[in-house]
Amino acid sequence: MTAPLLQIEGLGVAIGATRIVKNLSLEVRAGEILGLAGASGSGKSMTALAIMQLLPQAAVITGTVRLRGATLSRSEDEMLEVRGRDLGMVFQEPMTALNPLMRIGDQVAETLRLHRAMSASEARHAAREALDLVGLTGEQGALDRFPYELSGGQRQRVAIAMAVVMAPPLLIADEPTTALDVIAQAQVLSVLRELVRTRNMGLVLITHDLAVLKQLADRVAIMHLGEIVEQGLTAEVLLRPRQPYTAALVAAASISPKGAARPSNAAAVLQVCGITREYPRKRRSLWHAAAPLRAVDDVSLCIHAGETVGLVGESGAGKSSLLRVILALERAQSGQVRLLGEDFSAAKGADRYRLRRAIQAVFQDPYGSFDPRWTVERLIGEPFFLLGTPPSPLERRRRVAAALEQVGLSAADARRLPREFSGGERQRIAIARALITEPAVIAFDEALSALDVLLREQVLKLLAELAQRLNVAYLFVSHDLHVVRALAERVYVMQNGRIVEEGSTETLFGSPRHAYTQALVAATLKLQVK
Amino acid sequence: MSAAPRNSSLIAGALLTGLFVAVALIAPYWTPFDPRALSIAGKLLPPSAHHWFGTDQLGRDVLSMIMAGARTSVGVAALSVLIGLLGVPLGLLAAAHSGGIDELVTRGNDLVFAFPALLLAILLTSVLGPGAITAIIAIGIFNIPVFARVTRAGALQLWTRDYASAARVAGKGRWRISREHILPNLAGLLIVQGTIQFSLGVIAEAGLSYVGLSAQPPTPSWGRMLNEAQTLTALAPSLALFPGFAILLFVMGLNLLGEGLRRRTERPE
Repeated sequence: MTAPLLQIEGLGVAIGATRIVKNLSLEVRAGEILGLAGASGSGKSMTALAIMQLLPQAAVITGTVRLRGATLSRSEDEMLEVRGRDLGMVFQEPMTALNPLMRIGDQVAETLRLHRAMSASEARHAAREALDLVGLTGEQGALDRFPYELSGGQRQRVAIAMAVVMAPPLLIADEPTTALDVIAQAQVLSVLRELVRTRNMGLVLITHDLAVLKQLADRVAIMHLGEIVEQGLTAEVLLRPRQPYTAALVAAASISPKGAARPSNAAAVLQVCGITREYPRKRRSLWHAAAPLRAVDDVSLCIHAGETVGLVGESGAGKSSLLRVILALERAQSGQVRLLGEDFSAAKGADRYRLRRAIQAVFQDPYGSFDPRWTVERLIGEPFFLLGTPPSPLERRRRVAAALEQVGLSAADARRLPREFSGGERQRIAIARALITEPAVIAFDEALSALDVLLREQVLKLLAELAQRLNVAYLFVSHDLHVVRALAERVYVMQNGRIVEEGSTETLFGSPRHAYTQALVAATLKLQVK
Repeated sequence: MSAAPRNSSLIAGALLTGLFVAVALIAPYWTPFDPRALSIAGKLLPPSAHHWFGTDQLGRDVLSMIMAGARTSVGVAALSVLIGLLGVPLGLLAAAHSGGIDELVTRGNDLVFAFPALLLAILLTSVLGPGAITAIIAIGIFNIPVFARVTRAGALQLWTRDYASAARVAGKGRWRISREHILPNLAGLLIVQGTIQFSLGVIAEAGLSYVGLSAQPPTPSWGRMLNEAQTLTALAPSLALFPGFAILLFVMGLNLLGEGLRRRTERPE
């Protein structure tokens, strides 16, 4: 038996008096993929940064990390050598991991030239090989492209190319696919798997997405509050979890699909008729105006009272643009949005306020959705602005308290500031804000993608319960098919600005007809736990 | 997490700035001597226990002149920053309405920036006559596009936040959102910019009074003191040092304060 590639013994990380990682031990062998899973804040990323010794200076690291039997030094000078050469790392956010002003070929070559005496052309050649390896073929001048010309998935592959160009024996990937849509995710994961196989590399894959681990990891370690609570072979741990925490995590991740749609003879609350939204593009020259970018192309859809409808598609399909038109945040070039049977897009004055009350929204980013200076009470009460006669301060307080309790928070939270709440709690506050005008429809723009599985399940439960109690309809816009599947009764699939397929959740996911829907469903990783 | 690192530039900047502002506030009521009192017998005295900074070619007490000059300097810089704040609503307006209004405001900014400041000051002087008011207007006009730009850039970024969308879903108009959400969140940025413009205003006032376009005699001003001392460098080299150091220390204090405030506002929550 060979010595493990990476051996961590009794690793601890503490910042001040807070112990973030406690007595963590694990091993990774060559050619093995170790999945490190856990809820957000469980210390996964801190562990990765501790291995790379990229933690802030205030952090105190204890324990030993051995790479191929040799203990990693604590000296920054020696780590400069080790990083890149022996340890590669891929970060979560592909948008910020690359230097926006540098051609991608040069960025990949930079790592090489830092570590080895190498001519520019040799480094360029090696960079081309690395980019080939991650499936970005050099033919179309991939080397000379800038990051902004690439999609999120392509950027993440560039980041992987940078991490593996020195052929390090071990790669650490921290949530490499969390920011990507399903199709890009599938590509990135297959690149990672290929690399591990062909190079006999070790991979530590950090993610909160158990479906990704099931697909990829040989072994998994589950982290909770800075400790590994369970580790073992992937199939063993996910199918027969021994610890209650693991069981809860697995249960939360395997969302059961929504039952059949209820017969919808209810009235239509939201009708979208032939919406087209175009964005002007830069002129090609003085004489030639460029054709506008058609983000939404003649889209129609309909939502009935109390119905939950999903709108899925990869990033850039036009989902968000459509939603902004529906919410009257942007004007469409043509088409009509009808709310409660009345024309919302053309409504003016008091009619507009009255109709706006019927549609509210929950946005994607739980951190950006709230003015950091406003108290929760003021934030939740903001839509009261839509009422013709604003409620008295007492009435206001009462209704905000009721809304907070409805989403499982307490009335006392009204006086706190948004920064005092966690991501999951903030999304609850956002839901409370959406409920305050008793709308007929609430639109969710990727509202759950920033939450980890446990929080996501809590919020999903809450939404299902509220839908039943208040008979409110949901329009759920997401690239995450799991979530849509769990909640929606009916689903629209969007591609390149058009609706390509529509149907009940069960039929659509069970037997997708359109080629794009089939690709989307196939790319979605399944976590089936019997 | 660990305690916040000590913000030493904020402390040093606040102390220096506070000192000069306090001096400027005291000067109208009390100075060691009357800064305008001439005494030909006691001219060009070196620094002594009686006259700490010495006297100038007309026998005026230099310390008293520096104190009175601080008042001119602070007054001109502060009022020109106030005029510059007119740029804030312009920037908010430009950010709130993309298209025509935005284009108008940004091109207007470019137009003002295209003029050399000194040229405008000379132009104003020929219309209004030289004086502190002229300096205030000239410096203030150049502060407007600076504030408009900073506000517009900051506001455009805040408009992409989901809370701006949420406020629109709550039915609020663009101007109301600018007032309720955008402006309060820009306050830190604007205070920092205000401090920087204040320090630039001190330098600009000194420059304008050096060429005789700001406060006129007998109102003391640092720039003119420098100008007058220049001709006497051989006789009384220390004469130029005091107004020079006053400008240097005050501007340094303001810059440190601005830097300290910037670091403070940038500190993550």
